[in-house]
Amino acid sequence: MDIGLSGFIKKLPLVSLPVIENLQISPGAFVLTVERISDFLPGQVVALSTDDKIAPRLYSICSAPDNEYLQVLFSLKPDGELTPLLARLKPGDTLRVSAPFGAFLGDDRPAWWIAAGTGVAPYRAMMLAGLAHNKKLIHGGRFANQFYFQDEFLDCLGESYIRCCSQETGDGLFSGRLTQWLREQVLPSEISFFLCGSVEMVVETRDILISKGVDIDNIMSEVYF
Amino acid sequence: MEKPALFGQTLSEIQSIVAELGLKPYVAKQLTEWLYQKHARSFAEMTNLSLSVRQILDEKFRLGKSEPSRVQASSDGTKKYLFPAGSRGFIEAAYIPDEDRATLCVSSQVGCKMGCLFCMTGKQGFQAQLSAGEILNQISSLPERENLTNIVYMGMGEPLDNLLQVMKSLEILSANWGYGMSPRRITVSTIGLVPAMKHFLEHSEAHLAVSMHSPFHDERRKLMPIENVYPIADVVEKIRAYNLGKQRRISFEYIMFKGVNDSPRHVKEIARLLNGMRVRINLIRFHPIPDTPLESSDDDTIRQFREGLLKKGFRTTLRASRGQDIFAACGLLSTKELVKLQAPDF
Repeated sequence: MDIGLSGFIKKLPLVSLPVIENLQISPGAFVLTVERISDFLPGQVVALSTDDKIAPRLYSICSAPDNEYLQVLFSLKPDGELTPLLARLKPGDTLRVSAPFGAFLGDDRPAWWIAAGTGVAPYRAMMLAGLAHNKKLIHGGRFANQFYFQDEFLDCLGESYIRCCSQETGDGLFSGRLTQWLREQVLPSEISFFLCGSVEMVVETRDILISKGVDIDNIMSEVYF
Repeated sequence: MEKPALFGQTLSEIQSIVAELGLKPYVAKQLTEWLYQKHARSFAEMTNLSLSVRQILDEKFRLGKSEPSRVQASSDGTKKYLFPAGSRGFIEAAYIPDEDRATLCVSSQVGCKMGCLFCMTGKQGFQAQLSAGEILNQISSLPERENLTNIVYMGMGEPLDNLLQVMKSLEILSANWGYGMSPRRITVSTIGLVPAMKHFLEHSEAHLAVSMHSPFHDERRKLMPIENVYPIADVVEKIRAYNLGKQRRISFEYIMFKGVNDSPRHVKEIARLLNGMRVRINLIRFHPIPDTPLESSDDDTIRQFREGLLKKGFRTTLRASRGQDIFAACGLLSTKELVKLQAPDF
């Protein structure tokens, strides 16, 4: 069990909000919806817990900044402390939520958004905020059912939405890890690269980008701490 | 299933264990003496415990100490020890003897989650948290244990990302029933996990070393992703608000990267950020790692940078590079080649 950083976000003031919806969108993946009581910028995170005895953890907001609701995407970690409790939440149950914070922010400049698993969450918020017009999204997952919000991304990004699936093959999927896809590309110059996911993905992807000549000034990383 | 380890338990935890086993309460004190003061490596050595008590303990627990599985020696006297961390991989600890002191740099995690651009440990990803016993074992099982004057939590991992176990290990190190070491000889490093840092400042007396590496938000977040969540300005603000007393030392670590963070503009901004604070700044030469575009600043630039900070009134030191030939220097510890490959999530 990980009892790390997020276990001690105790000093962040959390407010109690009723759960509006807890929707399983794929095996083991849920979108949790509460009322939005603060403004936020696309790419920011909130700390969540079910009560004061459970250590809060950080989750990227995946909903639009102007939506009356606030949504987060999480995947169930069966041996984790918090996500099994989150997965059991029903409408009307109480969720403890911090104010939004963080500086992994989307903008209007051309960029590639790169994500693994639930790391796609901040890009959905950015897309819903209208920031996707000059972006390419490269999303890596082990299985075909882990490309969360793929219908929305396909509608918005079309061929600029690349799904890299490492354990299955399927229509429209690149067969292999996202790092393999990246190694095969000629990268555009003068754009930004946003990376969001596990430290293993971020470090490996960052190394590939740097080896292909991308300046570190153009690489922005968000790690699942 | 492996039996739980007794080594790394606090006195109160051992008192609970002793009570649950139906043993006399004084056995708890005897156990902490054997574990932390007499450095026993088996229950059989605990000769003031009755044979039946030792048998009960042996049935329910393992002692929890393990020998280093490899040692490498540098030409400058530094030694790097490899310790097994159960089935979850390996960790490294660096023993750094000096003229009048001997420092051990201990690890707190197998791998690291923080993903800093300049760190070799981050290249292997994150494998596991260490228990307090596994942290303390690096000290207890060190052949040079008796020479140690200082402990620094600056090895593999982000210590405050493993706060509970690090705090337990600090309690055992500094308690009279434990190692009885002054917390003023212990330094815990962090990249600035604000909530955990506040907890540490409020519940420990050990020194704190904060990895700064750039005073500028936009620049630091490219070097250290944590800046997106906990900006250095917030870290400094939280430390400034805390009454540290005169004995406790706060230092800021600053690796010098050529053309990135080594200009007079950086000196000025560091001075502005830390204005009025009684802190020390440790400059560190960058030790290159594979696949990084970063280079170390040259000696002349480092000297000028240091002089600039000294003129601003900050106690500023340049940390000697030790053990570079055995990859034991700052930022070089890694057990990546020993990590069992796990299926990535992408």
